[in-house]
Amino acid sequence: MEAQKQKMFDEETASSVVKELRDSFGSGKTRSYEWRVSQVKALLKAVVENEQEIVDALRSDLAKPPLETVVYEIGMFKNSCEVILKELKQWMKPEKVKTSIRTFPSSAEIVPEPLGVVLVISAWNYPILLSLDPVVGAIAAGNAVVLKPSEIAPASSSLLAKLIGKYMDNSFIRVVEGGVDETTMLLQQKWDKIFYTGNGKVGRIVMTAAARHLTPVVLELGGKSPVVVDSNMDLQVVAKRIISGKWGLNNGQACISPDYVITTKDCAPKLVDALKTELVKCYGKNPLESEDLSRIVSSNHFARLSKLLNDDKVSGKIVYGGESDEKKLRIAPTVLLDVPRDSLIMGEEIFGPLLPIITVNEVEESIDLINSGTKPLAAYIFTADKKLKEQFVMNVPAGGLLVNDTVLHLVVDTLPFGGVGESGMGAYHGKFSFDAFTHKKAVLYRGFAGDSSLRYPPYTDTKLRLMKALIGGSIFGIIRALLGWS
Amino acid sequence: MMERDLNDLRESYESGKTKEASWRESQLKGLRRFLMDKQQDIMQALMQDLGKHQIEAFRDEIGTLIKTLNLALKSLKDWMSSKKAALPQLALLTSAEIVPQPLGVVLIISSWNFPIGLSLEPLIGAVAAGNAAVLKPSELSPACSSLLASSLTTYLDNKGIKVMEGGAEESQQLLEQRWDKIFFTGSARVGRIVMSAAVKHLTPVTLELGGKCPAVVDSLSSSWDIEVTVKRIIVAKYGTCAGQACIAIDYVLVEKGYCSKLVQLIKLYINKMFGDNPQKSKTISRIVNKHHFSRLKNLLADEKVKESVIYGGSMDQDNLFIEPTILVDPPLEAAVMSEEIFGPLLPIITLEKIEDSIKFINCRPKPLALYVFTKNQTLQRRMISETSSGSVTFNDAILQYAADTLPFGGVGESGFGMYHGKFSFDTFSHHKAVVRRSFLTDFWYRYPPWTLNKLQLLQVSYNYDYLGLLLVLLGLKRPSKHVISGHM
Repeated sequence: MEAQKQKMFDEETASSVVKELRDSFGSGKTRSYEWRVSQVKALLKAVVENEQEIVDALRSDLAKPPLETVVYEIGMFKNSCEVILKELKQWMKPEKVKTSIRTFPSSAEIVPEPLGVVLVISAWNYPILLSLDPVVGAIAAGNAVVLKPSEIAPASSSLLAKLIGKYMDNSFIRVVEGGVDETTMLLQQKWDKIFYTGNGKVGRIVMTAAARHLTPVVLELGGKSPVVVDSNMDLQVVAKRIISGKWGLNNGQACISPDYVITTKDCAPKLVDALKTELVKCYGKNPLESEDLSRIVSSNHFARLSKLLNDDKVSGKIVYGGESDEKKLRIAPTVLLDVPRDSLIMGEEIFGPLLPIITVNEVEESIDLINSGTKPLAAYIFTADKKLKEQFVMNVPAGGLLVNDTVLHLVVDTLPFGGVGESGMGAYHGKFSFDAFTHKKAVLYRGFAGDSSLRYPPYTDTKLRLMKALIGGSIFGIIRALLGWS
Repeated sequence: MMERDLNDLRESYESGKTKEASWRESQLKGLRRFLMDKQQDIMQALMQDLGKHQIEAFRDEIGTLIKTLNLALKSLKDWMSSKKAALPQLALLTSAEIVPQPLGVVLIISSWNFPIGLSLEPLIGAVAAGNAAVLKPSELSPACSSLLASSLTTYLDNKGIKVMEGGAEESQQLLEQRWDKIFFTGSARVGRIVMSAAVKHLTPVTLELGGKCPAVVDSLSSSWDIEVTVKRIIVAKYGTCAGQACIAIDYVLVEKGYCSKLVQLIKLYINKMFGDNPQKSKTISRIVNKHHFSRLKNLLADEKVKESVIYGGSMDQDNLFIEPTILVDPPLEAAVMSEEIFGPLLPIITLEKIEDSIKFINCRPKPLALYVFTKNQTLQRRMISETSSGSVTFNDAILQYAADTLPFGGVGESGFGMYHGKFSFDTFSHHKAVVRRSFLTDFWYRYPPWTLNKLQLLQVSYNYDYLGLLLVLLGLKRPSKHVISGHM
């Protein structure tokens, strides 16, 4: 394994990996239900048998609390496998569809088939989940897969390479480790689909590369996911749910973490108090020492986040937290109140443990405020007001929307998980993962009986009348046409 | 000018007007009225641009559009409604649903061969889904483009839907703007340009491209069957815009031993359908322009290709007419067998046995449509599972275009994305996941501090119930009694 890593991953290596996988795919082996199930089970086994190693890798890469790893990285992935194992047979079945008088007599169905050889590029914040979840979907759909894990989470990347190398059928599933160079080499190849999780800048690079080969893509990106808090809510519960979605998710380094809060001027101070109380309950008085918070992934991101805090425009706005430890790459949960809309912290996705609160006069103003920015991956609202709920649901474009909680829509695998606009395109989870890596082939069966001369030249006026009636579908129309009355 | 128009559209969209069911319905009705009122004008424009016969115009464009509009108007309410999503067992969630929403302001670029059909079919989907839209018809079919720009617009809300005419330059300008979706029908070459332009604003695209659609003809024993087959092949080639269609039969694959019978019947039926002088019958469309005429002429320039022509081949440059032409076994490296023909030239390739067609097809880019004429169920099954194409149709051709319950789109080089029927609505929608929770108390498991004890306790009782454990940890499910008592 080590020797393989040392060898330079150049254009030739990249194209030979793709060629090998293409040849394997061409054998037709991935078409079988048994093969797919065996691979899904193998991947599940890989995770189950190596849970401690996974927890350790995430601790090394992100100081991620073991419970977060167990719930989000391992738990969610195991659930994906369970869903696949339970439903795959059904998903693989052709779907019969109705046919109409226009194609009578006929029968039709939609046959799902694999796309071929696909590339999955994952991110550093949930390095195991965001690698294996798309990969297992691709396998379930019968594809061969190359996984490129993020180099910014090196322990996880290395563990993935080891596990996939050991447990999976390597003629069909490979891991290519590396950074920008390796990714560039991979992106130059022709893939049948590319699935990318990450940021908009690299998402554009991926889509540009895909355009050269007319490769369809799924881009799971990010954005500033807002949380709107209405007045007259039980703020202790609201605070806890915000905390769980923000700092409880990799210390705010998650694509669907609440990015910022919008609340009324009246409510804001009360919300701040609730947040303070609950934050102390969760992380103690010395959150920098808390084992229940991930650290910041790298010094680059630490510097980026520090800059947001040191912005002149937000000095004096910190109402809680603000402490950091550069050596340990730790930043404490921080709440800021009344930050100006043109501050740095409101200009980009935060992806860290800083929570700005924006105040408005009327809570309804939040909708326009959110819509003045780009479409986020998720939007959250805490309210008991039915009208406001519906207004929010109908008028705030976002990948997903959750009323009275944060983040949890992620767990419902019967819902598509994906973005819109700047937050991405395409979706996955549950059957949507299978669909993301599938071509839905339309199949129409006709016989030779029931042929009508009406279709063939020479064309006459009668034929035109009949055709109009037939397409109109009305039996009277057809009779009239046949009798020459229309 | 363009900027002002686009601002109008975005304002319209942002005002929420296009989201209203009433607006969508009124636009769809407007489209339907246009097709009914202006049928003669449409047929005339198609005759002018392509020499297309009335029956083709109705069958492939006007008629199918009316069918689609009737379906859309009938189904609109259902399509617009949110769909409930099944929730995991006993999860303490109130509801989960998928809410379809419009994307915003969309761009539709259509092609010249079905200039009305390929413009309005996507537009129907865009409007039904509640978007504002710009339609850019092909400049290579100028009469139709002009008709859409001047006449169609009188039936629609011009602040919500615009037709912008023009060529490469106007298209380029349009592609630089910000769109929430781009729907393109045309060649792979331009498809790449469109997708590359879409990167700037991360605009999702649907690309309906082409390819060489093969027709595999088995050695059918019944004379009725083979005659019907031949008739259907002729209509799918020469009778559909003279073969200038993305789903026209490009070439035929047949067993050596059956070839002469097939050829004999094709010749016979060409004569029956088009008479001795097909050009005079005015049934077959002409070639769209000089450029494509020269392209097709050049396909037959090669000596070896010329030798393989066994029927037809005559071309009238002034009238841009090429008569139905058949080739048998032209060289496979020649352009006629490596490029999409898009014209009335039909190569017939002979094989040792019909099953060899599978390998033949798989060596080439995935086509938009695969046609197989056979009663052999084993061959049918093999064709479906061992080849890949946008669609497969058995014992007929082109017809799949009219089936609203089947997705219409390509794979690989023939494109990605799909439409027709509800698929059109979906392609112009964002399916938003919406979860609503009730305000019940949470459980301590969800929040830190997390002690090893807590974790162990839970893992022990939920050893293989991964979802159960997950739900408990997220506070969405009450943990089982013995876990609670253990904690106490």
